Amino acid sequence: MPALTRNKKKGAKLQTETPPLNRRTKSNTAPAKSHKPPLKKQRKGISYEKPEVVSNDDEEEEEEEEEEEEEVSEQSDEELGSDFSSEEEEDTEPLADDFLGGSDDEEEEGTLGSSDSDSDGSDLEKESKAIDEEREREERDAKDELQMNIKEQPDEFRLPTKKELEEEASGPPDLPALQTRIKEIVRILSNFKDLRPEGVKRKEFVEQLKADLASYYGYNEFLIGTLVEMFPPVELMELIEAFEKKRPTSIRTNTLKTRRRDLADVLLNRGVNLDPLSKWSKVGLVVYDSQVPIGATPEYLAGFYMLQSASSFLPVMALAPRENERVVDMAAAPGGKTTYVASLMKNTGIIYANEMKVPRLKSLTANLHRMGVTNTVVCNYDGRELPKVFGQNSVDRVLLDAPCSGTGVISKDESVKTSKSANDIRKFADLQKQLILAAIDLVDAESKTGGYIVYSTCSIMIPENEAVIDYALKKRDVKLVPCGLDFGQAGFTRFREHRFHPTLEKTRRFYPHVHNMDGFFVAKLKKMSNETKASEGDEPVETKEQAQLSSDDDEDDEPKQDTKVDENKRRTPISKPNNKGDKNKNTNVEGPRKQKKKRSQWKAEIAQAREDKRKVMRKNTKEPGRK
Amino acid sequence: MRPLDETETTVVFEKIFKFVGNNLKNIVENPSHEGPEPEPGRYCFRLQKSRVYYVSESLVKRATNVSRKSLVSLGTCIGKYTHAGSFHLTIMSLGLLAANAKHKVWLKPTSEMSFLYGNHVLKGGLGRITDSIVPGDGVVVFSMSDVPLGFGIAAKSTQDCRKLDPNGIVVLHQADIGEYLRDEDEL
Repeated sequence: MPALTRNKKKGAKLQTETPPLNRRTKSNTAPAKSHKPPLKKQRKGISYEKPEVVSNDDEEEEEEEEEEEEEVSEQSDEELGSDFSSEEEEDTEPLADDFLGGSDDEEEEGTLGSSDSDSDGSDLEKESKAIDEEREREERDAKDELQMNIKEQPDEFRLPTKKELEEEASGPPDLPALQTRIKEIVRILSNFKDLRPEGVKRKEFVEQLKADLASYYGYNEFLIGTLVEMFPPVELMELIEAFEKKRPTSIRTNTLKTRRRDLADVLLNRGVNLDPLSKWSKVGLVVYDSQVPIGATPEYLAGFYMLQSASSFLPVMALAPRENERVVDMAAAPGGKTTYVASLMKNTGIIYANEMKVPRLKSLTANLHRMGVTNTVVCNYDGRELPKVFGQNSVDRVLLDAPCSGTGVISKDESVKTSKSANDIRKFADLQKQLILAAIDLVDAESKTGGYIVYSTCSIMIPENEAVIDYALKKRDVKLVPCGLDFGQAGFTRFREHRFHPTLEKTRRFYPHVHNMDGFFVAKLKKMSNETKASEGDEPVETKEQAQLSSDDDEDDEPKQDTKVDENKRRTPISKPNNKGDKNKNTNVEGPRKQKKKRSQWKAEIAQAREDKRKVMRKNTKEPGRK
Repeated sequence: MRPLDETETTVVFEKIFKFVGNNLKNIVENPSHEGPEPEPGRYCFRLQKSRVYYVSESLVKRATNVSRKSLVSLGTCIGKYTHAGSFHLTIMSLGLLAANAKHKVWLKPTSEMSFLYGNHVLKGGLGRITDSIVPGDGVVVFSMSDVPLGFGIAAKSTQDCRKLDPNGIVVLHQADIGEYLRDEDEL
């Protein structure tokens, strides 16, 4: 066998000898000599690449090669000398085996090794040239391969088939694979026109993205579905990534006891690394790190500052209470916002701090006392009862930081990812709607300095934010005013099938990936008058009808509206201001009979109008169908 | 919520007198700026659920709407009555006491934390001390940067303090601001 291989090799070598020989004879000796030092390196490199290939059988071949190479080496320059021969040896051994394997490289090395005698310089030149060419070829091949790989992946990206999905589902999730798939889908979705593979609908990509995000980041279906509806893919990724990290800790200076500069000095001495929060706040400080626990310094205990997230400053800044005002905080615990309000009011006026849950009352009172707030009355009611307790139209400003699903503060509480469902959101939304009506009823529209309600949530869901404000706009005589916060994104005026009042763009939304604070929503309402709007139903037909009727029957309408309103909301006090003088008294005496008649008339007319509208709608829907 | 009756008022005033002495007058007659009226009103004491509150009158008027069950706190709580019927000043009264204190003690930075954990003040931790302290007097404890840390009862007179060895107790601890973290529930 070895003999056979030897012969083959030699034959092959002989065959391959000639072309390089021809090439080499053409070149000069001088350049060949100059090639030599690099030659050395190249040869070494090549030889070291294939040390494994050496085998025992080659020993005999080595000896033969050595003889040949020694001749060559003698003829070549002194520098190379023994190195050269050794290199040649090593080359030939791998060559011997690889030649049988039959790759491109081997052929070249075969030619290299086989360069026996003839002219020394030309041999060397040929060898060096061959080596150069080989290297170039390798590089080219490598580049091509790389490009091939790069191109192949996106072109070949396809959604996993059902079978693959089942396989994935059966085992633990493969996180790196999920992540690459997520990135790919986001990339495709962001430029769907150009990058879409044929025949695949956008919806399928979106569905797959939802599933992947849910399993990679740990969201439940509902939440990830709503987020996907609200944000474009790239922004969605930013948002989700931002939710994974914590927001920086921030503290608020208690201006009742100290100034920000002094506090910063003291804390720096204690070894706290801090900075002013941002240009929109004069009392905020952000804490990067601290040698002492920031919530247990003597300064904290003495009430010089409060640990509060930056987003919680915003509703109080929007509320902007003045001195000697009456303010209600309807959901006050643990008291960060209440104490901020008190410090803005400089302990004058009166604050009613209400909290429904008993366990949270302790922390509220403790914080109030710690911060040195003296103008506060703490009570324990359900917020919806407050208008009964304090009386309607009795205070100047109300702050309602409503209980919400907490989807904006996922970075603080990861359980929100999995625990919130559509039902929860709806329940919160109902509660918030009732609370905001109560808040509006508390405020006195004729207050000299006030008449404002600030509604805020730490959630980014539309049913809890814009929908609640829209409801309030419909149900009460209030209007939206600018919050006074120039940064922050404007609220939605429309979303999917919902259409909100255009002034909703005055509300403000804050996101972790844009503003580096918790997800938040703030809206500021001004109460225009103390009257409630007559039960404007959701159907515009009714309101039109009522408007027509009210234009027909001016005087009689008021008591009617009052009674209707009374049924709904126990609003006897409001009917009083509407009773002006004798006229109304007279009508009131006759009222019940007339009211009954007119009410029944009304109902008939309303029913008629509804029927008409339905007919029109049917016609409209039929026509497009026919077309 | 109801005003304090005679015995209760005397008890409360006695306790406060230990700390503030003649400044008690100031406390009672301080013009208060709380309340929506622009003119200052006066302060008064009220009892609600065995806790005594120091509130401005205008606040009291407005708090009458709130039912007894639901009223949790008004103004500043200064102390509470125990089951046995004795009255103790709580840490929440510190603001009021510190502003009007007659006898003060300043702590060295090293022993601040010890006091905040509820330990008594030792001679070794004493930075400054006001004169003419009689044993049994109420003393308000400050840090060297004039931050009020709590209060207690003097164990020795100022003269005796000088002769005391470093481990002797100077002020018996009654309340400190560390309680906001340690005993949140008690408050």
